[in-house]
Amino acid sequence: MDSTLNKVMNDFPILNQKVNDERLVYLDNAATAQRPNQVIKALTHFYQTDNANVHRGVHTLAERATADYEAARRKVQKFINAPEPEEVIFTKGCTDGLNLVASTYGEANISAGDEIVISIMEHHSNLIPWQQLANRKGATLKYIHLTADGELDLDEAAQLITDKTKIVAVAHASNVMGTVNPIKQLAKLAHQHGAIFVGDGAQAVPHMAVDVQDLDVDFYAFSGHKMMGPTGIGILYGKRQLLEAMPPYQYGGEMIGFVHEQDSTWAELPYKFEAGTQNIAGAVGLGAAVDYLTGIGMDAVHEHEQQLVNYLLPKMEAIDGVQVYGPQDPAKHTGVIAFNLENLHPHDVATALDMEGVAVRAGHHCAQPLMTYLGLTATARASFYLYNTQADADRLLVAIQETKEFFNHGSRKTK
Amino acid sequence: MGLERLNSLYREVILDHSDHPHHKHALPDATHKITLKNPTCGDVINLDIDLDDHDKIKDIGFTGDGCTISQSSASMMTDAVMGKSKEQALHMAKTFSDMVMGKKHPQADLDELQDAAILSNVMTFPARIKCATLSWWALQRALLKQPDGSVDSDDSDKGE
Ligand SMILES: Cc1ncc(COP(=O)(O)O)c(C=O)c1O
Repeated sequence: MDSTLNKVMNDFPILNQKVNDERLVYLDNAATAQRPNQVIKALTHFYQTDNANVHRGVHTLAERATADYEAARRKVQKFINAPEPEEVIFTKGCTDGLNLVASTYGEANISAGDEIVISIMEHHSNLIPWQQLANRKGATLKYIHLTADGELDLDEAAQLITDKTKIVAVAHASNVMGTVNPIKQLAKLAHQHGAIFVGDGAQAVPHMAVDVQDLDVDFYAFSGHKMMGPTGIGILYGKRQLLEAMPPYQYGGEMIGFVHEQDSTWAELPYKFEAGTQNIAGAVGLGAAVDYLTGIGMDAVHEHEQQLVNYLLPKMEAIDGVQVYGPQDPAKHTGVIAFNLENLHPHDVATALDMEGVAVRAGHHCAQPLMTYLGLTATARASFYLYNTQADADRLLVAIQETKEFFNHGSRKTK
Repeated sequence: MGLERLNSLYREVILDHSDHPHHKHALPDATHKITLKNPTCGDVINLDIDLDDHDKIKDIGFTGDGCTISQSSASMMTDAVMGKSKEQALHMAKTFSDMVMGKKHPQADLDELQDAAILSNVMTFPARIKCATLSWWALQRALLKQPDGSVDSDDSDKGE
């Protein structure tokens, strides 16, 4: 495999360093991705030339900053194929977007006896907002569980989603199992029962072409920092007619129509949901990340990661004592690979891999109900992105072997 | 660099303790009990301490899941504090948490920690300091806990 993508590594200055005397192999992309020069430059350029508050001034800089901010919105709109820019709301991140939906749409539309259906593989951000909403309202939270291969049990989903269901909220791609969930199908199922569908796109948008119209999702949230944009910026897409009917999330500047002493009216979309001064530079940086990804092409990104998984997964599974979670078929597995080494705690594994310059995460990955369901307390997780290469995959494999040997025999007896 | 540096963290003594932890069992009738979680990884320790009428640690035991460092640290901690007074044990907990943060201590204080003193190397692995301190925290919090379940403020939440 010699993907033409291998040279994109040069766009990421942070990757060009040694960690513990080894070339850094960054495999914690599911937590946050690295930023290319193009994004870093866009941020610097914005602060050096255009910075001002948006929609609030008639001076030239305010005009420019507003144009930059709105251009970023339209880039994202095109990127996810949202029908209109007004349906693309800037948030702090995926968590913020999901909380927005739960505390506005959810607050207004859920009552006692209603049901909310999520899956057992949800990240806490797409779980606790629904759990707490259900608790507040006396509604019931139900979970779709998994098949033996780590995919959603669609038969169970078909039984759980009924006319009592008001909201179905499921991750497009899992941050632990490496599964891509059939959310188009789930959205259809939800709609057949009069429910709305909320997609958590945090692990999908950075890695594959996403078309919110084709998926027919009602809401869809994701974060900028996992797709090489800045932290503190994210997107909530929502269908216009739902957003129009929803109460605001926060109150303050920018989100108002007219404020009287005892009452107020709200701004038009999307500003109704963008109270206060927003992360303007963050939006500009996200726009640059979208340009960067579009330049490469999401199909190429997806193809590159798929090749890496095809190469790596069978080799990992072949190592004695390595357990890989999620689908065993590489074609069904994203570049997120959770694994454990027999008789070794993932924390010890992650420390050992770090000594080899390989950065992975260890822990419960903000998915404690999933861990409990799988009977685990924690796993290690390697997650790949477009700048990772086959050489990185090889480094991981070697480091896993050496870690295994270190703890099993050899080195420990020499001390 | 490879894994040679790991030898300074995973010393033979530490691996022995994690492979064969001492006092790894519950004490159903303990006078002091606590459950603590390492928030970063979800590891849990349940610590049971039985104090006699003179506030001396008559027996101590722990259960729970964790990494090599947290398990061996708990094992070494129980060895070190067994038979000590509450005051001594609290002093040792302070010595330990200072030690892994790189603060200097008189050799006599470090000797008192017995095997646990070997964990001073964890300070060069900052991400793992919490794993080493979890059981000592549990000790400190359990001993400072009032009968009503509240915890004395007395630096009991240190390092959290
Ligand atoms: C599947 C999934 N959903 C939601 C989130 C939350 O994203 P953020 O922390 O950027 O709000 C994450 C991030 O870890 C994730 O992986």
